[in-house]
Amino acid sequence: MVDGMLGSAVQLLTPEGERVADEDYDISLSNAELKGLYRDMVLVRRLDSEATALQRQGELGLWASSLGQEAAQVGSGRSLLPGDYAFPTYRDHGVTWSRGVPPLEVLAMFRGVSTGGWDPIALRCAIYTIVIGNQALHAVGYGMGAQLDGSSEAVIGYFGDGATDEGDVNEAFVFAADFNAPVVFFCQNNQWAISSPRERKNPAPLYERAAGFGFPGVRVDGNDILAVMAVTRAALERARSGGGPTLVEAYTYRMAAHTTSDDPTRYRHAEELEIWRLRDPIERLKVFLARQGIADRGYFDQIDREAADLAVMIRDGVRSMPEPPAETMFDHVYAEPHEQLERQRRWLVDYESSFTHEVSS
Amino acid sequence: MTVMPDVQVLSFRDAVREGIRDAMRRDERVFLMGEDVGRYGGGFGVSLGLLEEFGEERVRDTPLSESGFVGAGIGAALGGMRPIVEIMTVNFSLLALDQILNTAATLRHMSGGQFNVPLVIRMTTGAGRQLAAQHSHSLEGFYAHIPGLRVVSPATVEDGFGMLATALEDPDPVVIFEHGSLYNEKGELPQPAAPVDIDFARVRRGGDDLTLITHGGSLRLCLTAADQLAADGISAEVIDLRTLRPLDDQTVMASVARTHRAVVVDEGWRSVGMSAEVAARVAEECFYDLDAPVGRVASVEVPIPYPRHLEQAALPSVERVVAAAERAVGRRG
Ligand SMILES: Cc1ncc(C[n+]2csc(CCOP(=O)(O)OP(=O)(O)O)c2C)c(N)n1
Ligand SMILES: [Mg+2]
Repeated sequence: MVDGMLGSAVQLLTPEGERVADEDYDISLSNAELKGLYRDMVLVRRLDSEATALQRQGELGLWASSLGQEAAQVGSGRSLLPGDYAFPTYRDHGVTWSRGVPPLEVLAMFRGVSTGGWDPIALRCAIYTIVIGNQALHAVGYGMGAQLDGSSEAVIGYFGDGATDEGDVNEAFVFAADFNAPVVFFCQNNQWAISSPRERKNPAPLYERAAGFGFPGVRVDGNDILAVMAVTRAALERARSGGGPTLVEAYTYRMAAHTTSDDPTRYRHAEELEIWRLRDPIERLKVFLARQGIADRGYFDQIDREAADLAVMIRDGVRSMPEPPAETMFDHVYAEPHEQLERQRRWLVDYESSFTHEVSS
Repeated sequence: MTVMPDVQVLSFRDAVREGIRDAMRRDERVFLMGEDVGRYGGGFGVSLGLLEEFGEERVRDTPLSESGFVGAGIGAALGGMRPIVEIMTVNFSLLALDQILNTAATLRHMSGGQFNVPLVIRMTTGAGRQLAAQHSHSLEGFYAHIPGLRVVSPATVEDGFGMLATALEDPDPVVIFEHGSLYNEKGELPQPAAPVDIDFARVRRGGDDLTLITHGGSLRLCLTAADQLAADGISAEVIDLRTLRPLDDQTVMASVARTHRAVVVDEGWRSVGMSAEVAARVAEECFYDLDAPVGRVASVEVPIPYPRHLEQAALPSVERVVAAAERAVGRRG
């Protein structure tokens, strides 16, 4: 069973929306904060479904869906202080959302009209990493730099379950332990690395690996946003106060295809999806908010309207993005242009214009 | 009397799969490993159905670690197995470069000839499918730089099938580059399908006025360009290098000595790449036969862009090959 080991995970909110206690972790949030988390997750889900639809319509080159992982991403992203720094993967739209990255800047990248997308310095959030595992090391190095600077910021490095196979991630663990780096490794175990099922291939719990490297590891119910926040906040605080790294394994599920070019029916069963649908991160918070009388129907409707507006903004925004001229490909190869590249730029401009000329004449 | 068909028409993807299947049926030492090669059939569907036929022992879904499965492949090869390692794309082979360059390519030397590494590494290469900079490298020239490796670049269905068997017979490590744009291309596989050499270049189209020298995914561009040039009265010979290391100079030089003009077409970046190497050799060996400077069509030296029109502008195209050929024969400035 793919959910065999959820049992050991920290949980504060059951799939049925009941608040439960954990021995080690707790969280207390204001009603406004709780409603804000709900809003974030609904909007991120809408961003994701719009992007998937736009890709189907040929408006985006590719899309990697965050469906089902909203609590893990928003919960951890919203745990960061403004001065902390995040290194996300291609799937972490809930993280970029939480860092204040404008959705259209994420989509511009997937549409291919902008390379970097957002401002990684101002927003304190790196661009998406696509080569699996790379960014775990960057997070550690960034943290080492923060240590040298004497700053008290924490760094969070995101990666998937599959990435824990890579040397880079394991080397990042070694480095973080050696240098007591102020870093939180946030692993979203969404059970799949493309077609590779995590637990059927290797049932050893991922969070337990941390012990061997010399720092704590904790598994959290990744679809429980309260538990994710409690665990991530504690880990970030530990990092900020000189306690060193923590591995957080957010136990969740990739509800959609790996990317829009993947067909998961080739390798996984629909029953598995059904099990996880019952653990939906948004539903359970909604039930909790309603039962506690924190939010009512009017609030939920208002968020739905906001989501609909977001969808319109995304659709219109994406379709009207200007195409960059071909010679912009030379813009960001080096800080300063040099003669060899300039020659190629001139050649391209001349060549393209001779071509247009031939066609139009 | 019924005439048996002596060719089978199939896609490049199917041809590579048949090559693997054939090798695995013939030789128990052969096994396949890599990311998602089992039920998923590999990143590009090449190994679809092989798990069902050969089982999990011989079609191994590995952990997501390129250095891991290439290193393990080296170990298995040292122990007498004949592993085929599939790296999803050349881009991620860089995570295994130490194993490939420092180890697979040098073990024979480092062991005084006592160890050899009969490992076959297959990987998808190339751009043109809007996958952005980190998924679009063409590093054939980069690998062809390394002594101790044999580097092959099949461009036809026949080579897609036949090079693998020969690579598996090779006592040294062989790297096979499969251009991503080829998988859906259909072609003829002569029957009975047989291994092919991995030593010689081939003339894919005869011609007298100039020689287009290419390999892999760019062969189609060159053949199409040759058709267009023919319509303009320019007769282009097209050479498919097939094996990039060691390079078959003779076929290339014999052609250039006859046509007196050469254009090299390679999807790698222009500087210090495959096209630079071939152009240098032609200049060294055919200098007195040449009637024009050796031309080159290669990728523009930027990380391969993601937007389709930028990507297309960065890569070799039929138009660019035609333009370079016209320049070589003096039809353009
Ligand atoms: C080094 C490297 N190898 C292979 C790939 C191809 N690839 C892209 S995503 C992926 C699976 C990643 O799985 P996981 O780490 O669990 O993250 P998820 O996609 O599930 O979020 C693979 C193998 C890659 N991008 N980089
Ligand atoms: Mg995963």
